[in-house]
Formats: sequence, structure tokens, C-alpha cells
Amino acid sequence: MANDHIVRSYDEELNRLTGLLARMGGLVEAELAGAIQAVAARDAELATRTVRADIRVDELEREIGEQVVRVMALRQPVAMDLRLVLGSLRIAGDLERSADYAKNVAKRAVALAQLPILRPVHAIPRMGTVVREMLKDVLDAFAARDVAKAVAVWNRDEELDEMHGSLFRELVTYMMEDPRNITGSTHLLFVAKNIERIGDHATNIAETIHYIVKGTPLSGERPKGDGTSFSTVGAGG
Amino acid sequence: MDAKQMDAIKPAQFPASADASPAKMAVKVACRDVNVHYGTKHALKGVGIDIRERQVTAFIGPSGCGKSTFLRCLNRMNDTVASARVTGSILLGGQDIYDPKIDVVQLRARVGMVFQKPNPFPKSIYENIVYGPRIHGLASTKAEFDEIVERSLRGAALWDEVKDRLNEPGTGLSGGQQQRLCIARAIAVSPEVILMDEPCSALDPIATAHVETLIDELRENFTIVIVTHNMQQAARVSQRTAFFHLGTLVEEDDTAAIFTNPRDERTQGYITGRYG
Amino acid sequence: MSDVTHSGGVGLPSRHIGDEAAKRLKRRYAAEARFKFFGMAALSAACLSLLVLLWTIVSEGYTAFQQTHIKIEVEFSPDNIAPAGTADRRRLMAGDYRAVLFEALDRKWSDVTDRDGQRLLEGLFGSGAEVQLRDMVVADPSLIGRKVEVWLLSHSDVDMFFKGHVGADEASGGRMAARQVAWIEALRAKGEIEKRFHGRFLTGADSRDPEMVGVLGGVMGSIFTLAICFLLAFPLGIMAAIYLEEYAPKNRFTEIVEININNLAAVPSVVFGLLGLAVFIAFFGMPRSTPLVGGFVLALMSLPTVIIAARAAIKAVPPSIREAALGIGASKMQMIFHHVLPLAMPGILTGTIITMSHALGETAPLLMIGMVAFITDVPGGALDAATVLPVQIFMWADNPERGFIEKTSAAIMVLLAFMLVMNAGAIWLRKRFERRW
Repeated sequence: MANDHIVRSYDEELNRLTGLLARMGGLVEAELAGAIQAVAARDAELATRTVRADIRVDELEREIGEQVVRVMALRQPVAMDLRLVLGSLRIAGDLERSADYAKNVAKRAVALAQLPILRPVHAIPRMGTVVREMLKDVLDAFAARDVAKAVAVWNRDEELDEMHGSLFRELVTYMMEDPRNITGSTHLLFVAKNIERIGDHATNIAETIHYIVKGTPLSGERPKGDGTSFSTVGAGG
Repeated sequence: MDAKQMDAIKPAQFPASADASPAKMAVKVACRDVNVHYGTKHALKGVGIDIRERQVTAFIGPSGCGKSTFLRCLNRMNDTVASARVTGSILLGGQDIYDPKIDVVQLRARVGMVFQKPNPFPKSIYENIVYGPRIHGLASTKAEFDEIVERSLRGAALWDEVKDRLNEPGTGLSGGQQQRLCIARAIAVSPEVILMDEPCSALDPIATAHVETLIDELRENFTIVIVTHNMQQAARVSQRTAFFHLGTLVEEDDTAAIFTNPRDERTQGYITGRYG
Repeated sequence: MSDVTHSGGVGLPSRHIGDEAAKRLKRRYAAEARFKFFGMAALSAACLSLLVLLWTIVSEGYTAFQQTHIKIEVEFSPDNIAPAGTADRRRLMAGDYRAVLFEALDRKWSDVTDRDGQRLLEGLFGSGAEVQLRDMVVADPSLIGRKVEVWLLSHSDVDMFFKGHVGADEASGGRMAARQVAWIEALRAKGEIEKRFHGRFLTGADSRDPEMVGVLGGVMGSIFTLAICFLLAFPLGIMAAIYLEEYAPKNRFTEIVEININNLAAVPSVVFGLLGLAVFIAFFGMPRSTPLVGGFVLALMSLPTVIIAARAAIKAVPPSIREAALGIGASKMQMIFHHVLPLAMPGILTGTIITMSHALGETAPLLMIGMVAFITDVPGGALDAATVLPVQIFMWADNPERGFIEKTSAAIMVLLAFMLVMNAGAIWLRKRFERRW
């Protein structure tokens, strides 16, 4: 940080908090990568390992929660420090939710591995790449308090939403073509949804970073490229 | 529908009263370009601030930043320092308090002061309270003085603790009680503004809490300006906070804004404990 | 709780445990003990010298409150005084009491007929005896014509001999003839000579005869002089102190004034006497030898000290009290008179009374203005010629007669008592004004 607190142990406490967050972020990134990989490679064993890794993320979230309470009680942070501490709690929550979604993806990877290969599955790694980049960037942005980078992540959610939308339509079409695809497609639909939700949490984190650094909410309507809530696919195509 | 009913309904109808900005209150003291020199030392540089009615305005800042100096300009306590020279305008209710026509004794009756160290006169509690009203001629009969004593002590949340020993020396009270006695002494002359110069710095946390509660209650009837080193205290009791640094007023804003999102780097550095 | 580890040099070795440390500690305590011993020694020396001083004075002086009296029968015959029934004070005063005494002597020692013997008999009594007889008659004129047994004051020489301060003859410091010694021994055997309480020492004024002197003249002179001095120095000193402390701008001029006040406090007192002589007596024409002039001179002398004491006391009033008063809207004068002065008063009073005690013991400046005169009346006011106690002591100490030695010591005792009373008054006043803040 540019200028340090007069009380050095205060800095140490805050650094411990951001350190915990960085570790948690890393774990979530790895979990997400594992889940995507498991889906793409139909690797049930990897998927199971990934599901198990989630426990560590939950532990870290609890640890962060404790650290936040500790700093609040002992240091009574104000201004930027207060925003950092509260923001950390929020980011930890977002990361935990993201990890849960990754875990869900991994669970479905186990199921998908039993089913025949579906063509649209190729879209999952692409979405995965985007969301992993978003997560990585937003964690970097947090570490560097880089608002521009955070805003970039925030804007990128549109891309992800669009990908989700097109996959949605593709899968619906697929299911209409052959009812035997319904099981696999539904799983894939949920996988895609989960990945899209992780993207939403990444944008939440980006907003939190903006608040931490600037003290004001990120203004303006969030870009929405996802039309799935409204999209219908006509029976006739 | 009479006024009483209106009042009863108001909060429900206008729930926004809580987030009405403190900045919207009427200006009680308007200061423009206030400079203070102590000999050759330029202690306060071009301070401009509006202190609003029925609000607690807190002055914070590191030692020697000029916050106390500025506070003492508001009731011309700096007059007692021979080398001090004050320029600029300070308007109390539209009247320049440095106007030669303004009598300083009268001004100090309008702008009361509470000091860092509780400083009751070494006299009885009763005498402490009635001294101000007596020299200003606010009352003449025993009954009137008794009434002032009770009202002031009640106003300072001290009545129940001392009503049975009004003739005992004020210096025999505990620190927190002494400070509340000083506040009672200040409000006994019915001032418009009360200046408090670090009123809790010599008190323990419980006594501090009592005084802080009192300050919050006093806001109903008085305009209060408080200098404090304790930022948490400024956050707890004030609606507006002004940050002073090296003789300048760096930032003045709603207290909530100062403590969540100060605009100036120096304010941020000071309140978060980064500024040396 | 039991698994707390006590780190006695295990984790962090302490430099404060061990032989080296014990030695250091011992040295420190030894130094402290030495210092305490020196302090006690100094205190004991001071106490001892004070005790020696007091013992000398008291042992020399306590006998002065008793005087040797001889019992004798006198007849107040109208021939020697005035016809019975005379009430006129002046006529009673003018009686020949010497003759009354001589007749009584003739009767008592009828066997002594030779001229020398009679003179020696007369020498047993001083002028005091006559005055005593006169005072009796003046007080009670009905005594005229009656025979009364009275205890009459003996001569100072007899007194000295009887008290045992001196021997009988010249060789042993006395001035008694052998026959006188024989008479005294005879009287002693009959119980007709004894030491009796001598009130005159406390109620009389100066005299040529040691057995007749009293300190009241000096005491009253001192009281009048000090009263004048206090009435001048106290208000003036306080005013000056208040002005200098509270009002005077801090500039070159006030600095010079301050320095001069401090210097004046150190000027030898005799200089003030000269000043008084030149200014008050020569220029203003005030009556010399009076407590009025004495008071003026002592006031001049005390003023700087009073100002310094008052300034210190005013400065010691905490600024928080001033701020409290000003902050509530008191004017500067209200602040001073309602708050600062009452709080400073104990200090001012203490300083003033200590200064007054000094003034009480002052002789030199009073010598300069003529308060050294031989005055046999107790002064009734500040305009009567008077002397003061220390000057009185000085004059008696200067007197060659043996009888004055005990009188001098006794007068010193009175002076010390006077000072004690003043200091007690100071303490009482201070306690009255003292308040915590």
C-alpha cells in the first residue's frame, strides 16, 4: 500500500485479510478450472477431487469472516480501511458462492461423464476461459486496487452473458431435435448457468473493488447481454 | 388535523428525515477567510466554514493544526493572548463578532465554552451554576436562581445525582460529573452556541459516554462545536466534521461522509491512522 | 494455568537477576541511605541550634517575670502625702513617698542609726518602691493615715543577688555590702523577702531602673508600626501585583519595573531608613520617632517582597479557572476579584505575614528615623513617640546594668511570642481562605 499505518500491526492485520482473500481467490480459480476441465475431458475422477476441494474454500471464508470481526473490534477501521474490511467480507461471500457454483459444475461433470457426448459441450470450455479470466483479472484488480481493470471485468460480463444466451438457444434446439438429448442438455444448461453466475459474482467483486477504492458505487446499469430470461425458441425453429 | 397529529404522522410519511443531509440546517456561524497570527506564526490560514444551527460540528486534526485556535476565535478567547491577531469575518447570526461595537463579555454569554479539563470554580455546585446568570443579571430573586440551577443541572443530566448536595463543593464531584457541571454552568446563561474544547479528554470511557449522550441531547436547543482528538468521538457525536491540517481547513462534510469516504487524501490519511 | 512457563533466564536472560545486579542494587541503596543520613544530620543540626538558642534565652529570661520583693510595714502619714480625704490625683501624685519609705525603714531597722547604715538600707530599695507606694495611694486614697504591710520592690542589685545571678561583693559581680547581705539573710530567715510575680514587666514601658522596666511600650509601638505598615503595603502590594500580572503589557517598561522591584527587595533596610528620614520627616514634615513614620518606612521596605509574593500567588492560580470565568462571560475585573484573588489570597497572606514578621524584627531603619528614644510611657496611638520591641531589646542589651540582662532575654521571649501569634494568625487565615481546585 502506498502509505502505511502508524501502527504497524494494523497493517499486518489488514495484510493478513487480503492475503486470506488472495488464497481463497486462488483456490476458487483452481476449483473452477478443475470443474471446467472435468466437464470438457469427461474426467469423473477430477470432478470428484474438485468437489472435495470446496471444503477448504468454505474454511477460508470462515477464517476471513473471523478476521474481519477481529479487525472491526480491535481497530475500528474508518474510511478506506473500513471499506476494505467490509469489501473483503463481501468478496469472500462472492468467492464462496462462485466456489459453490464450480462445485455444482464438477458434480454435473460426473453425471455428464456417464452420458453420451453432446456437441454443444465445446462451448463450455470457451465460457470457462472467459469466466476464469474474469475471475483472475478481478482478483488481480483487488490485489492492485486497480479500478480500471475491475471496470474492464465488469464490462466483460456482457460477453459471457451473450455466450450463455447462445448456448441456451443451441441446447433448446438440440433438445427439440431429439428427446434423448434432454438429460445431457439439461445438465449442460445448468453448467452454463452456473458458469454465468460465477461471472455475475466476478462483476460483484469488481463493483466492490470500485467501492473500496473510490468510496462510491459503480454507477450505471450493468451491461446485460443475456437475454435468456426472455428468449423463446419457437417450435418451428 | 392539528399540529400534534401532524407530528405524530410525520415520521411515517417522511421516513427520509434520517437521510436529510445535516448540511441543510440554517447557518448559525458563518466564517470567511479567518486568519490568525501569533506574533510571526501564521496559525490559521484562510478558514471558511458554515456552522449550522442545532448541529454538532466536530473539529478534528493533528495537534497544532489550528482547530483549537479556530474554536477560540468563535468566542474571542484569543483576545486574552496578547500576540494573537485575528482577521477575516466571523458572523454569528449575521453579526460580525469582531466588530468593535460587539462587547466581548456579551459575546461570551451568547457563545459559551467548555474546556478540556473540568474546571468548576472552587465553590459550591449551586454557586457554580448561578455565577454566570448573576454577573449577566439574568435573574434577581432566589426563586429564579433556584429555577435556573435546576433547569441547567437537568439539562446537563446531573440533577438527580447532585440535587441533595447543591451546597457541596463542585470540585468534590467525579471527573465526569465535574465536566457535566461545567456544561450546566455554560448552559445556565442560555447561550446560543456552546464550544467544547476536547471536553472528554480527561475522562474515563463511562464518563465520556455520559457526556457524549448529553452533547447529543443538547443539540436540540444549542449549536455545538466540539474539538476532539478522539476521532471515534467525532464520529459518534457530530453531524458535521471539519478536518484541519497545518492551519488550513482541509475538508468539511457530513460526518458520515468523512468517516466512510473522505474526499481529501490528508483527511483519509489522518482518520485511518496513516498520517504522522 | 499450571503449564505457564516461568522464564527465569531461560527464554530471555534477564540482566536484573544475579550477583552483578545485586551489587548494583546494593550500591544504589547505600547511596540512598547516605543521602538520608546527611539530611537527618542537617535537620538535627538545625534543631539543635534552635534548641540551644531557645534554651539560652528562656533560661536567662524567665526570671525577669519575677522580681524580689521585701515585706515591710509602712504608714501613709498625711504629713508626707496629703490630708486624709484628698481625692485630687495630682496632689496625691506629688506626695513625698520617699519619706514614707524612709520612715518605714527607720521603724523596721531601728537599730541602724548611722548614716552609712541608713544609706545602705535605702539602697535595698530602688525607685520602684516609691512608685509602688504612690500607685497604691492613687488607686486607693483611703490608705492615707493607715499602717499597712506591703511587699515592696527591692533594688535591682538585691534582686540579682537574691536570684543568685551574682555574688555579694564586687569580686563576684555583685554590688552588696556585707551589712546588706546580713539584712537580706535575716529577712530570708523571717520569710520577709521573696520572689513574686512581676506584672509590671508586661504592662510597663521603659525605665532607667531594671526592676521598673516593661515591654508594653515596645509591644504597642510595634503593633502600631506594623498596623500602619500592613495597611500601606498590603493593598498597594496587591494592586501592583494584579496590575503587573494581569494588565501590564509585556514590554521594555514593565520589564524594567519588574527588575527594579526584585532589586528593591534586596536593598539593605538601613537605606530605607535614610529614605524615610529624608522624605517623610525632612520633606513631608511628619513627626519623628512615631509609629506613623516607622510604618511608612517599613511599608516601603516590605512592598517589593509583598508584590513578589502576591505575584507568585496570583500566577499560581490555575489558568483553567481564569478561562472558566472568562468563558462564561466574566469581565477581566470580575475574573480577578471573584476568582483569582480569592484563590491567591492564602498565598498572598502567607507572603505578607512573613514579610510583616521580618518588618517586626527590623531595627536599623527605625534607628534612622529616631524610634530609638527613651520613652517611659506606653504609646496610645500612631502619632505618639514610641519605640518598637527590637529597638527596645537593642537598647536594653546596650545597658551596662546587670539587671538588664534578664530583661533583654525576657523581651526577646516576648518578641518571639509576638511572632508566633502573628504566624499562627497567618496559618489561621490561610486555612480559612484555602480551597482546593
